[in-house]
Amino acid sequence: MISYGYHRYPGRLFVVEGTDGSGKSTQLQLLYQWLKAEGYPVFFSEWNSSPLVKDTTRRAKKRRLFTPTTFSLLHATDFADRTERDIIPPLKAGAIVLADRYIYTAFARDVARGCDRAWVRELYKFAVKPTVAFFFRAPLDIAVDRIASARPNLKFYEAGMDMDWSDDEEESFKIFQGKILQEYDHMVNEFGLTVVDGTQPIRTQQRQMREIVSRYLKEKLKEKVAASK
Amino acid sequence: MTEMRFYGTALPNAEIEPYAGKLIVIEGTDGVGRSTHVALLRTWLESIGYAVLDTGMTRSILAGRGIKNARTGHTLGRLTMQLYYATDLADRLENQMLPALRAGFIVLTDRYIYSAIARAVVRGADPDWVRAMYGIALVPDAVFYLRIKTAEELAARVLASGSGFDYWESGMDMGLGNDYYDSFIAYQKLLLKEFDRMTGEYGFQVIDAGRPVRRVASELRRAISKVIESDKIVESDLHAGAVLGTKEKDAATVKIEEIPKVKTSETGIAKESSKTAP
Repeated sequence: MISYGYHRYPGRLFVVEGTDGSGKSTQLQLLYQWLKAEGYPVFFSEWNSSPLVKDTTRRAKKRRLFTPTTFSLLHATDFADRTERDIIPPLKAGAIVLADRYIYTAFARDVARGCDRAWVRELYKFAVKPTVAFFFRAPLDIAVDRIASARPNLKFYEAGMDMDWSDDEEESFKIFQGKILQEYDHMVNEFGLTVVDGTQPIRTQQRQMREIVSRYLKEKLKEKVAASK
Repeated sequence: MTEMRFYGTALPNAEIEPYAGKLIVIEGTDGVGRSTHVALLRTWLESIGYAVLDTGMTRSILAGRGIKNARTGHTLGRLTMQLYYATDLADRLENQMLPALRAGFIVLTDRYIYSAIARAVVRGADPDWVRAMYGIALVPDAVFYLRIKTAEELAARVLASGSGFDYWESGMDMGLGNDYYDSFIAYQKLLLKEFDRMTGEYGFQVIDAGRPVRRVASELRRAISKVIESDKIVESDLHAGAVLGTKEKDAATVKIEEIPKVKTSETGIAKESSKTAP
C-alpha cells in the first residue's frame, strides 16, 4: 500500500472541492472541455460512482441504515474502488484525471458528523495526493440559496437530518453546511488547498483555474493520444 | 459489568458505559470448525439460561449483501475489500453487538477484526492502517483462537467437509499458486503466521482445534465459564446443552459428542462456514 503523498505517476490529478452549491462541478466541466480540446487524454471520476458499492449505498440511504461511522466507512469503500479502478490506472498511463470531490469531502462531512479527525484521515491514507486540489469557497448563505433554488427537496443525509440538529430540513442543512465549511477552512493549510473565490463570475474563476492547471501540463502528456490516433 | 474499551478511537456518539454482557470471539483460519463451535456454544449457553446473540462476517444488514455480490465477480480490489469488511463490522458492532451487550447478552462472534487484519496484511496492506481503521472495535472479553498447526491439515478438513476450495479462501486473487490446492496451502500458511503473530498482541487464548470436536467443545465451555464466572456457572452446567439428567461425567461426554451432528445438519451453519471468504 502506497501512502498519501508517495505515489509517483506520470499522469496528473486535479480535484475540485467545496460545499454544495459552490459552483465546483460547473468549473470542472469547463476544465474538462478545455483539456480535451487541447488534446490531452482526460478521465472523469465522480463521488459515489463505484459499481460495487452503489446498490448498498442507495439502499442504506433509502432505508436510513447509516450511522456516522458506517456512512464514513462505506464512502471510503466506494472511494477505494474508485481509486483502484478509475484513478490509479489512468494516472499510471500518463492521463489527466479530474475528480469531482475527493477525500477532503469525506474529511469535512464525516468530521461534521462527529467522526474523529485523525481516524478519518488515516482511513484515506491510501489516496493519491492530487496535483492540485481546488477549493471553491462561497459564503454559506450564497451556497444555501443556490442549493435551495435548484433542489427544493433536500435529501435526508444531505440535509444532515440523521444528526438531530433540527427538525427543520433547511435549518438542519444550514447547520450542517456551516460545520462543513469550517472543516474546509481548517484544511486549507493542512493540505495546501488552492482557494478559488466562488462568488466571482464563472469565467473569471475558470481563467484562474486554467492558469494554474497549465503550469502542470507538458506537451509530453499529449503523446499518448497522438500515438493512438 | 465490563468497562467499554476500544482498540483506538471510540465510536463517535457511542455512550461509553459499562455493559452487562460479554463479547466472546471465536477466531481461526478457514476450516478450523469455528461455526460448529459457535453453534454448540450457543446451545449450551442458552440451556444454562444465557441470552445469546451470534454474529459473523458479512452478516450485517448494511453491507452483507453488497460484499457477497462483489465477491462473486472476483473484481473486488484489495483496499475496497478491506474497507467493505470494516463497514460490515461497524454496522454489526453498532446495531447488533453493542445493543445486545448493553442488554446483558452473551455475544458470540464468528471471527472479528483479527481475521480481517490477517487477510489485509497478507495482501500487502499497511498493518498500521488496518489497525487504525479497526480502532473503532470494542476490545472483547475473550478471544479464542482455534488453531490448526499446518495448512495441509486445514486443506484436508476443507475437503472432508465436502465443500471443496473456495476462490477467496484459497487466496486465488493473490496469484500464489497455479491451482486451488497450491494456492490454498500458500495462502493459509501466510494467514497462520499472521495469527501466530497476533496471539500475543491481542491476548488470544489458543485452543488446539486438531482434536475431536467434543474435546475442543468442552475446553471452550470451561474457558468461557471462567469468562462469565462472576455470574457463577455451576459445574453441572458445563455438561448441559445436551440437557442431561445426570452429573456423571462419562455419560455427559457421550451425550455431548452427539450434539455437533445434530446441530450442524439442523442449522446448515457448518456448510455455510466453508464459504466464508475474505
